[in-house]
Amino acid sequence: MKSGSKLEQVLSAGRFAVTAELGPPKGADPRVIIDKAKLLKGSADAVNITDNQTAIARMCSMAAAKLVVEQGLEPIMQMTCRDRNRLAIQADILGAAALGVKNLLCLTGDHQSFGNHREAVGVFDLDSVMLIGMVKNMRDEGIFQNGEELTAPPKLFIGAAANPYADPFPFRAIRLAKKVDAGLDFVQTQIIYNVEKFEQFMAQCRELGVTERCKILAGVAPLKSAGMAKYMKNRVAGMDVPDTVVERMGAAEDSQSEGIDICVEIIDRVRRVEGVAGVHIMAVEWEEAVPEILSRAGLRPGSAEA
Amino acid sequence: MITAERKNFEEIRRMTDGHRNILVAGCNTCVAVCLTGGEKEAERLAAQLRIARERDGIEGNVETVTVLRQCENEYLDSIGEEVGRADLVLSTACSIGPQGLVFRYPKKLVMPAMNTNTLGYVVRHHEWFDYCIACGDCIIGLTGGICPVARCAKKLLNGPCGGSQQGRCEVSADIPCVWQEIYDRLAAIGQLDTLRKIIGPKNWDASNSGGPRIMKKEGFKP
Repeated sequence: MKSGSKLEQVLSAGRFAVTAELGPPKGADPRVIIDKAKLLKGSADAVNITDNQTAIARMCSMAAAKLVVEQGLEPIMQMTCRDRNRLAIQADILGAAALGVKNLLCLTGDHQSFGNHREAVGVFDLDSVMLIGMVKNMRDEGIFQNGEELTAPPKLFIGAAANPYADPFPFRAIRLAKKVDAGLDFVQTQIIYNVEKFEQFMAQCRELGVTERCKILAGVAPLKSAGMAKYMKNRVAGMDVPDTVVERMGAAEDSQSEGIDICVEIIDRVRRVEGVAGVHIMAVEWEEAVPEILSRAGLRPGSAEA
Repeated sequence: MITAERKNFEEIRRMTDGHRNILVAGCNTCVAVCLTGGEKEAERLAAQLRIARERDGIEGNVETVTVLRQCENEYLDSIGEEVGRADLVLSTACSIGPQGLVFRYPKKLVMPAMNTNTLGYVVRHHEWFDYCIACGDCIIGLTGGICPVARCAKKLLNGPCGGSQQGRCEVSADIPCVWQEIYDRLAAIGQLDTLRKIIGPKNWDASNSGGPRIMKKEGFKP
């Protein structure tokens, strides 16, 4: 075991993993995290703790991850390159590992112009590929980025994101392969609505040997309303929402129920794709949808199957 | 070349508040080519200032002088008389110009009329693109001769982020995704394999973030 995390155990045992997402609040109240953790406990093998998501300042992911650990739920701490240079990142990685974090999701991060502090400097000292390599070296070689030895390596299961819907399309699987070469253990994809394109992406991943060396979790998210479907289709960079999905949401009497139906259908399809090792459910500010999605999809977290 | 744009007039006018004789100093190289701070533009700014000051009842002269390059002592030396007559020198050069004037005329009050933008290439007529941020450690040999340090909003060296869509940057549809350009170029010359190589963390110490850089050429006499 590289990290001994629950997520690593589930995936290396070949069980289907379920991860979810937990966003820290725009404030200092720990109860927000504790309540969400209680809602998600038992529904996921681990939960992503976002890091100033979409460049909006929030409670830090390390503190929120610690609160989640205390609730008996396993965090996947997200770490972006936007707000920290390599010194701060390495310091935070050591601190997080000391506090019981065992999964780290390495991201470049959304550009600061999308957030609420547009004038902030974007650090981007490292990119996600470099970050993955650095964490792997800290864990496996016991060295900092500068080559100096560290005293106790952080035992982390290394994750990242991949977006099959961005361009140039033929480069997306290659870019994921680079992350795997750099030391990636698992990846969560962008939210899937266009399953055909995801299948093409997975075929390329299999061809490059990515699926043999890295666990791929398919990203899904329940739509809450027709407005949200349209917004994601037209306004969110790197999203591909087919017209059929927007039309279904528009025609639905109970849009929340329809959104969950669509999500369950997508899970049914992607879990049959060769090389898919789990599913990552992003029900942001709709955490209570996760248990329902799982029960309608006939899924349980891999750790519950043990 | 260096490109710079003139600040808005109100900001410039406020800089001149309380000063009697103003010298608008133009620069006839980069900022003249990009039509913002050469001789013509310096004279236009001086005319605008004269009109505004007359309206506000402010006494004093607004003169202009333009040198070939404000980034060299020899050219700045040649305008000692004009600078001497002025209470305030307003430079329409890139930010090197007003700093050069301060270096050469340490007792003189100098203000910038410009915002310096890019080390740019003229992609189309009257359209300059950031092509270089003078990072001190050129890597374009690894990226098809196209610079992602200057032209990617995140300075990514290992490929496009998840926001690259139809050749456009997620930050703005007006910005081309440089990684699409790099990909297309390497595909066209049959070198896509180079994209598979991981580029490691960049040496930012060679850039301005490692401290101001000083370039010296030994063995040359003035």
